Amino acid sequence: MTRDVSTRDIVYIALFAALMAAVNLVPPIFVGFLPVPITAQTLGVMLAGCLIGAKRGGLAILLFVLLVALGLPLLAGGNGGLGVFFGPSAGFIISWPIAAYVTGWLTEMNWKRMNAVWFFIFSVIGGIGIVYLVGIPWLAVAAKLSLFDAAKGSLVFVPGDLVKAVAAALIAETVRRSYPLMQSAR
Amino acid sequence: MTVGLYTIGSSWLHRLPAGPKVGALLAASLALFLIASPLAALLAVPIAAGVYLSTGAPPGRLLRDLRGPALLIGFVFLFHLAFGSAEDGALAVARFGTLILLASAVTLTTPVSEMAELVEWLLGPLARFGFRPEKVGLAIALAIRFIPVIAEEYRHIREAQAARGLGGNPLALIVPLVIRALKAADALADAIDARGYDA
Repeated sequence: MTRDVSTRDIVYIALFAALMAAVNLVPPIFVGFLPVPITAQTLGVMLAGCLIGAKRGGLAILLFVLLVALGLPLLAGGNGGLGVFFGPSAGFIISWPIAAYVTGWLTEMNWKRMNAVWFFIFSVIGGIGIVYLVGIPWLAVAAKLSLFDAAKGSLVFVPGDLVKAVAAALIAETVRRSYPLMQSAR
Repeated sequence: MTVGLYTIGSSWLHRLPAGPKVGALLAASLALFLIASPLAALLAVPIAAGVYLSTGAPPGRLLRDLRGPALLIGFVFLFHLAFGSAEDGALAVARFGTLILLASAVTLTTPVSEMAELVEWLLGPLARFGFRPEKVGLAIALAIRFIPVIAEEYRHIREAQAARGLGGNPLALIVPLVIRALKAADALADAIDARGYDA
Protein backbone atom coordinates (compact mmCIF):
# COMPACT_ATOMS: atom_id res chain seq x y z
CA MET A 1 0.00 0.00 0.00
CA THR A 2 2.70 2.45 0.97
CA ARG A 3 4.99 1.38 -1.85
CA ASP A 4 3.35 3.63 -4.42
CA VAL A 5 3.15 6.79 -2.31
CA SER A 6 4.52 9.58 -4.52
CA THR A 7 5.90 12.91 -3.40
CA ARG A 8 2.62 14.51 -4.45
CA ASP A 9 0.75 12.03 -2.28
CA ILE A 10 2.96 12.86 0.71
CA VAL A 11 2.26 16.57 0.28
CA TYR A 12 -1.50 15.91 0.12
CA ILE A 13 -1.28 13.65 3.17
CA ALA A 14 0.69 16.22 5.16
CA LEU A 15 -1.56 19.13 4.19
CA PHE A 16 -4.74 17.25 5.02
CA ALA A 17 -3.27 16.26 8.38
CA ALA A 18 -2.57 19.96 8.97
CA LEU A 19 -6.08 20.79 7.73
CA MET A 20 -7.53 18.30 10.19
CA ALA A 21 -5.65 20.17 12.93
CA ALA A 22 -6.97 23.52 11.70
CA VAL A 23 -10.55 22.24 11.49
CA ASN A 24 -10.35 21.66 15.23
CA LEU A 25 -10.03 25.44 15.60
CA VAL A 26 -13.67 25.76 14.57
CA PRO A 27 -15.30 26.31 17.94
CA PRO A 28 -17.55 23.49 19.24
CA ILE A 29 -21.22 24.06 18.49
CA PHE A 30 -23.69 23.65 21.33
CA VAL A 31 -27.08 22.43 20.21
CA GLY A 32 -29.82 22.95 22.77
CA PHE A 33 -31.11 19.42 23.23
CA LEU A 34 -27.71 17.66 23.18
CA PRO A 35 -25.69 17.09 26.37
CA VAL A 36 -22.34 17.15 24.56
CA PRO A 37 -20.97 19.84 22.22
CA ILE A 38 -20.41 18.97 18.57
CA THR A 39 -16.69 19.18 17.85
CA ALA A 40 -15.36 19.23 14.31
CA GLN A 41 -12.94 16.32 14.80
CA THR A 42 -14.71 13.55 12.91
CA LEU A 43 -15.75 16.13 10.31
CA GLY A 44 -12.09 16.21 9.29
CA VAL A 45 -12.05 12.41 9.14
CA MET A 46 -15.10 12.32 6.83
CA LEU A 47 -13.71 15.12 4.63
CA ALA A 48 -10.34 13.42 4.19
CA GLY A 49 -12.06 10.28 2.94
CA CYS A 50 -14.48 12.16 0.68
CA LEU A 51 -11.90 14.47 -0.87
CA ILE A 52 -8.52 12.77 -1.27
CA GLY A 53 -9.50 9.11 -1.47
CA ALA A 54 -8.86 5.96 0.52
CA LYS A 55 -5.07 5.65 0.62
CA ARG A 56 -4.22 9.31 0.99
CA GLY A 57 -7.18 10.13 3.23
CA GLY A 58 -6.46 7.21 5.54
CA LEU A 59 -2.75 8.05 5.71
CA ALA A 60 -3.51 11.76 6.30
CA ILE A 61 -5.62 10.93 9.34
CA LEU A 62 -3.05 8.34 10.48
CA LEU A 63 -0.43 11.10 10.28
CA PHE A 64 -2.69 13.40 12.30
CA VAL A 65 -3.14 10.73 14.99
CA LEU A 66 0.63 10.19 14.98
CA LEU A 67 1.23 13.92 15.48
CA VAL A 68 -1.11 13.85 18.47
CA ALA A 69 0.82 10.86 19.88
CA LEU A 70 4.13 12.70 19.37
CA GLY A 71 2.91 15.36 21.77
CA LEU A 72 1.14 18.05 19.74
CA PRO A 73 -2.05 19.45 21.34
CA LEU A 74 -4.16 19.09 18.20
CA LEU A 75 -7.36 17.49 19.46
CA ALA A 76 -10.39 19.63 20.25
CA GLY A 77 -9.84 21.71 23.37
CA GLY A 78 -6.05 21.54 23.00
CA ASN A 79 -5.75 17.90 24.10
CA GLY A 80 -2.96 15.69 22.88
CA GLY A 81 0.02 13.59 23.84
CA LEU A 82 0.23 9.94 24.69
CA GLY A 83 -2.35 10.36 27.46
CA VAL A 84 -5.32 10.39 25.09
CA PHE A 85 -4.38 6.90 23.86
CA PHE A 86 -4.86 5.50 27.34
CA GLY A 87 -8.17 7.23 28.09
CA PRO A 88 -11.70 5.87 27.57
CA SER A 89 -12.04 7.37 24.08
CA ALA A 90 -8.76 5.96 22.71
CA GLY A 91 -10.56 3.43 20.50
CA PHE A 92 -12.51 6.18 18.77
CA ILE A 93 -9.34 8.13 17.96
CA ILE A 94 -7.57 5.00 16.71
CA SER A 95 -10.54 4.18 14.47
CA TRP A 96 -10.27 7.49 12.57
CA PRO A 97 -7.67 6.41 9.98
CA ILE A 98 -9.70 3.28 9.20
CA ALA A 99 -12.85 5.37 8.99
CA ALA A 100 -11.25 7.80 6.55
CA TYR A 101 -9.95 4.87 4.50
CA VAL A 102 -13.39 3.24 4.26
CA THR A 103 -15.14 6.52 3.37
CA GLY A 104 -12.42 7.18 0.79
CA TRP A 105 -12.66 3.69 -0.69
CA LEU A 106 -16.43 3.93 -1.10
CA THR A 107 -16.07 7.39 -2.62
CA GLU A 108 -13.43 6.25 -5.12
CA MET A 109 -15.51 3.24 -6.16
CA ASN A 110 -18.50 5.46 -6.88
CA TRP A 111 -16.71 8.63 -8.01
CA LYS A 112 -18.72 9.02 -11.25
CA ARG A 113 -22.04 9.23 -9.45
CA MET A 114 -20.97 11.21 -6.38
CA ASN A 115 -23.31 13.90 -5.12
CA ALA A 116 -24.18 15.29 -1.70
CA VAL A 117 -26.45 12.34 -0.87
CA TRP A 118 -23.77 9.71 -1.59
CA PHE A 119 -21.17 11.78 0.27
CA PHE A 120 -23.55 11.77 3.24
CA ILE A 121 -24.13 8.01 3.07
CA PHE A 122 -20.42 7.20 2.81
CA SER A 123 -19.58 9.67 5.59
CA VAL A 124 -22.10 7.92 7.81
CA ILE A 125 -20.73 4.46 6.99
CA GLY A 126 -17.10 5.45 7.60
CA GLY A 127 -17.27 8.36 9.99
CA ILE A 128 -19.99 6.94 12.21
CA GLY A 129 -20.25 3.18 11.46
CA ILE A 130 -16.55 2.33 11.53
CA VAL A 131 -15.79 4.75 14.36
CA TYR A 132 -18.36 3.14 16.66
CA LEU A 133 -17.50 -0.38 15.44
CA VAL A 134 -13.95 0.09 16.75
CA GLY A 135 -14.55 2.60 19.53
CA ILE A 136 -17.35 0.86 21.42
CA PRO A 137 -15.67 -2.57 21.88
CA TRP A 138 -12.46 -0.76 22.84
CA LEU A 139 -14.32 1.28 25.44
CA ALA A 140 -16.05 -1.87 26.73
CA VAL A 141 -12.75 -3.70 27.23
CA ALA A 142 -10.79 -0.73 28.61
CA ALA A 143 -13.53 0.35 31.02
CA LYS A 144 -14.76 -3.15 31.94
CA LEU A 145 -18.23 -2.24 30.68
CA SER A 146 -20.54 -4.60 28.82
CA LEU A 147 -20.78 -3.96 25.08
CA PHE A 148 -24.37 -2.89 25.48
CA ASP A 149 -23.57 -0.35 28.23
CA ALA A 150 -20.65 1.03 26.22
CA ALA A 151 -22.93 1.41 23.17
CA LYS A 152 -25.61 3.10 25.27
CA GLY A 153 -23.10 5.59 26.64
CA SER A 154 -21.85 6.42 23.16
CA LEU A 155 -25.32 7.13 21.81
CA VAL A 156 -25.24 10.75 23.02
CA PHE A 157 -22.70 11.51 20.32
CA VAL A 158 -24.70 10.10 17.40
CA PRO A 159 -26.95 13.15 16.73
CA GLY A 160 -23.89 15.40 16.59
CA ASP A 161 -22.16 12.94 14.27
CA LEU A 162 -25.16 12.99 11.93
CA VAL A 163 -25.00 16.79 11.81
CA LYS A 164 -21.31 16.48 10.94
CA ALA A 165 -22.03 13.97 8.18
CA VAL A 166 -24.49 16.46 6.65
CA ALA A 167 -21.86 19.21 6.88
CA ALA A 168 -19.17 16.92 5.41
CA ALA A 169 -21.47 16.00 2.50
CA LEU A 170 -22.30 19.65 1.72
CA ILE A 171 -18.65 20.70 1.96
CA ALA A 172 -17.41 17.74 -0.12
CA GLU A 173 -20.00 18.32 -2.82
CA THR A 174 -19.20 22.05 -3.01
CA VAL A 175 -15.47 21.33 -3.22
CA ARG A 176 -15.99 18.55 -5.80
CA ARG A 177 -17.77 21.02 -8.07
CA SER A 178 -15.17 23.74 -7.66
CA TYR A 179 -11.82 21.93 -7.67
CA PRO A 180 -10.49 19.03 -9.75
CA LEU A 181 -9.87 16.31 -7.19
CA MET A 182 -9.68 12.73 -8.31
CA GLN A 183 -8.12 13.33 -11.74
CA SER A 184 -4.79 13.79 -10.06
CA ALA A 185 -5.56 11.13 -7.50
CA ARG A 186 -4.91 8.12 -9.70
CA MET B 1 11.86 26.14 19.71
CA THR B 2 9.34 24.08 21.58
CA VAL B 3 6.15 22.98 19.93
CA GLY B 4 3.53 20.93 21.65
CA LEU B 5 3.05 19.79 25.19
CA TYR B 6 6.75 19.26 25.97
CA THR B 7 8.12 21.48 28.73
CA ILE B 8 11.79 22.20 29.21
CA GLY B 9 13.35 20.67 32.31
CA SER B 10 16.19 18.56 33.64
CA SER B 11 14.44 15.88 35.71
CA TRP B 12 15.43 12.20 35.49
CA LEU B 13 12.59 11.62 33.02
CA HIS B 14 13.83 14.46 30.83
CA ARG B 15 17.29 12.86 30.70
CA LEU B 16 15.97 9.41 29.79
CA PRO B 17 15.81 8.69 26.02
CA ALA B 18 12.38 8.37 24.39
CA GLY B 19 12.60 4.64 23.61
CA PRO B 20 12.83 3.31 27.20
CA LYS B 21 10.15 5.74 28.37
CA VAL B 22 7.62 4.62 25.77
CA GLY B 23 8.59 0.98 26.36
CA ALA B 24 8.07 1.33 30.11
CA LEU B 25 4.73 3.02 29.49
CA LEU B 26 3.54 0.11 27.34
CA ALA B 27 4.76 -2.38 29.96
CA ALA B 28 2.89 -0.45 32.68
CA SER B 29 -0.33 -0.44 30.66
CA LEU B 30 -0.07 -4.20 30.08
CA ALA B 31 0.60 -4.81 33.80
CA LEU B 32 -2.37 -2.66 34.82
CA PHE B 33 -4.71 -4.63 32.59
CA LEU B 34 -3.51 -7.88 34.12
CA ILE B 35 -4.10 -6.61 37.67
CA ALA B 36 -7.63 -7.57 38.68
CA SER B 37 -7.63 -6.16 42.21
CA PRO B 38 -9.12 -2.66 42.48
CA LEU B 39 -7.03 -1.98 45.61
CA ALA B 40 -3.71 -2.60 43.82
CA ALA B 41 -4.86 -0.48 40.88
CA LEU B 42 -5.90 2.35 43.21
CA LEU B 43 -2.44 2.23 44.83
CA ALA B 44 -0.92 2.82 41.39
CA VAL B 45 -2.62 6.23 41.06
CA PRO B 46 -0.52 8.06 43.71
CA ILE B 47 2.61 6.38 42.33
CA ALA B 48 1.76 7.67 38.84
CA ALA B 49 1.03 11.12 40.28
CA GLY B 50 4.44 10.97 41.99
CA VAL B 51 6.15 10.13 38.70
CA TYR B 52 4.27 12.98 37.02
CA LEU B 53 5.22 15.53 39.68
CA SER B 54 8.86 14.34 39.70
CA THR B 55 9.19 15.90 36.23
CA GLY B 56 8.95 19.30 37.91
CA ALA B 57 5.51 20.03 36.48
CA PRO B 58 3.30 22.13 38.76
CA PRO B 59 0.31 20.34 40.36
CA GLY B 60 -2.00 22.71 38.47
CA ARG B 61 -0.79 21.24 35.20
CA LEU B 62 -1.55 17.74 36.53
CA LEU B 63 -5.12 18.76 37.27
CA ARG B 64 -5.44 20.34 33.82
CA ASP B 65 -4.21 17.15 32.13
CA LEU B 66 -6.78 15.10 34.03
CA ARG B 67 -9.66 17.52 33.49
CA GLY B 68 -10.09 16.65 29.80
CA PRO B 69 -10.80 12.93 30.28
CA ALA B 70 -12.37 13.42 33.75
CA LEU B 71 -15.87 13.87 32.33
CA LEU B 72 -15.70 10.65 30.30
CA ILE B 73 -14.15 8.70 33.16
CA GLY B 74 -16.89 10.04 35.43
CA PHE B 75 -19.48 8.76 32.97
CA VAL B 76 -17.81 5.35 32.97
CA PHE B 77 -17.89 5.25 36.77
CA LEU B 78 -21.57 6.23 36.86
CA PHE B 79 -22.38 3.46 34.38
CA HIS B 80 -20.60 0.96 36.61
CA LEU B 81 -22.51 2.20 39.66
CA ALA B 82 -25.82 2.02 37.83
CA PHE B 83 -25.45 -1.25 35.92
CA GLY B 84 -22.46 -3.09 37.45
CA SER B 85 -20.44 -3.07 40.64
CA ALA B 86 -18.60 -0.21 42.34
CA GLU B 87 -15.49 -2.42 42.45
CA ASP B 88 -15.28 -2.68 38.67
CA GLY B 89 -15.91 1.06 38.47
CA ALA B 90 -13.05 1.81 40.85
CA LEU B 91 -10.75 -0.51 38.88
CA ALA B 92 -11.61 1.19 35.58
CA VAL B 93 -11.14 4.69 37.01
CA ALA B 94 -7.84 3.74 38.66
CA ARG B 95 -6.51 2.22 35.42
CA PHE B 96 -7.43 5.26 33.35
CA GLY B 97 -6.08 7.68 35.95
CA THR B 98 -2.74 5.87 36.30
CA LEU B 99 -2.14 5.43 32.59
CA ILE B 100 -3.18 8.94 31.63
CA LEU B 101 -0.80 10.38 34.25
CA LEU B 102 2.11 8.16 33.19
CA ALA B 103 1.53 8.83 29.48
CA SER B 104 1.25 12.57 30.11
CA ALA B 105 4.54 12.42 32.04
CA VAL B 106 6.23 10.88 28.98
CA THR B 107 4.75 13.51 26.66
CA LEU B 108 5.73 16.27 29.08
CA THR B 109 9.39 15.24 29.13
CA THR B 110 10.01 14.19 25.51
CA PRO B 111 10.40 16.77 22.70
CA VAL B 112 8.34 16.14 19.56
CA SER B 113 11.54 15.82 17.50
CA GLU B 114 12.80 13.01 19.76
CA MET B 115 9.48 11.18 19.48
CA ALA B 116 9.59 11.57 15.69
CA GLU B 117 13.10 10.08 15.64
CA LEU B 118 11.82 7.14 17.68
CA VAL B 119 9.04 6.55 15.13
CA GLU B 120 11.51 6.64 12.23
CA TRP B 121 13.78 4.22 14.12
CA LEU B 122 10.88 1.86 14.80
CA LEU B 123 9.92 1.94 11.11
CA GLY B 124 13.52 1.27 10.07
CA PRO B 125 13.19 -2.53 9.75
CA LEU B 126 10.39 -2.01 7.21
CA ALA B 127 12.93 -0.55 4.76
CA ARG B 128 13.70 -3.99 3.34
CA PHE B 129 10.08 -4.29 2.18
CA GLY B 130 10.46 -1.20 0.04
CA PHE B 131 9.03 1.10 2.70
CA ARG B 132 10.84 4.42 3.13
CA PRO B 133 10.90 5.74 6.72
CA GLU B 134 12.33 9.07 5.56
CA LYS B 135 9.07 9.69 3.69
CA VAL B 136 7.30 9.50 7.04
CA GLY B 137 9.80 12.03 8.34
CA LEU B 138 9.06 14.34 5.39
CA ALA B 139 5.31 14.01 5.99
CA ILE B 140 5.69 14.79 9.72
CA ALA B 141 7.89 17.82 9.01
CA LEU B 142 5.54 19.16 6.30
CA ALA B 143 2.45 18.74 8.48
CA ILE B 144 4.04 20.48 11.46
CA ARG B 145 5.21 23.31 9.17
CA PHE B 146 1.77 23.73 7.62
CA ILE B 147 -0.39 23.63 10.76
CA PRO B 148 0.33 27.31 11.59
CA VAL B 149 0.02 28.28 7.89
CA ILE B 150 -3.42 26.71 7.57
CA ALA B 151 -4.49 28.04 10.97
CA GLU B 152 -3.53 31.52 9.72
CA GLU B 153 -5.54 30.96 6.51
CA TYR B 154 -8.46 29.96 8.72
CA ARG B 155 -8.24 33.25 10.62
CA HIS B 156 -8.17 35.23 7.35
CA ILE B 157 -11.20 33.35 6.00
CA ARG B 158 -13.10 33.77 9.26
CA GLU B 159 -12.53 37.54 9.21
CA ALA B 160 -13.52 37.80 5.55
CA GLN B 161 -16.70 35.78 6.07
CA ALA B 162 -17.55 37.65 9.29
CA ALA B 163 -17.43 40.86 7.23
CA ARG B 164 -20.05 39.28 4.97
CA GLY B 165 -22.13 38.20 7.95
CA LEU B 166 -21.19 34.55 7.48
CA GLY B 167 -18.88 34.21 10.48
CA GLY B 168 -20.91 31.46 12.10
CA ASN B 169 -21.51 29.40 8.98
CA PRO B 170 -19.28 26.27 8.98
CA LEU B 171 -19.78 25.77 5.23
CA ALA B 172 -18.57 29.28 4.41
CA LEU B 173 -15.54 28.73 6.66
CA ILE B 174 -14.43 25.23 5.70
CA VAL B 175 -15.01 25.15 1.91
CA PRO B 176 -12.53 27.98 1.19
CA LEU B 177 -10.12 26.51 3.73
CA VAL B 178 -10.16 23.10 2.02
CA ILE B 179 -9.72 24.62 -1.43
CA ARG B 180 -6.81 26.79 -0.30
CA ALA B 181 -5.18 23.74 1.32
CA LEU B 182 -5.59 21.74 -1.90
CA LYS B 183 -4.13 24.60 -3.96
CA ALA B 184 -1.21 24.92 -1.54
CA ALA B 185 -0.63 21.16 -1.78
CA ASP B 186 -0.55 21.26 -5.59
CA ALA B 187 1.83 24.23 -5.64
CA LEU B 188 4.09 22.62 -3.02
CA ALA B 189 4.18 19.28 -4.86
CA ASP B 190 5.11 21.07 -8.10
CA ALA B 191 7.87 22.94 -6.27
CA ILE B 192 9.28 19.74 -4.75
CA ASP B 193 9.14 17.94 -8.11
CA ALA B 194 10.80 20.88 -9.87
CA ARG B 195 13.76 20.54 -7.52
CA GLY B 196 14.18 16.88 -8.41
CA TYR B 197 13.41 15.42 -4.98
CA ASP B 198 13.01 11.64 -5.22
CA ALA B 199 13.80 11.67 -8.96
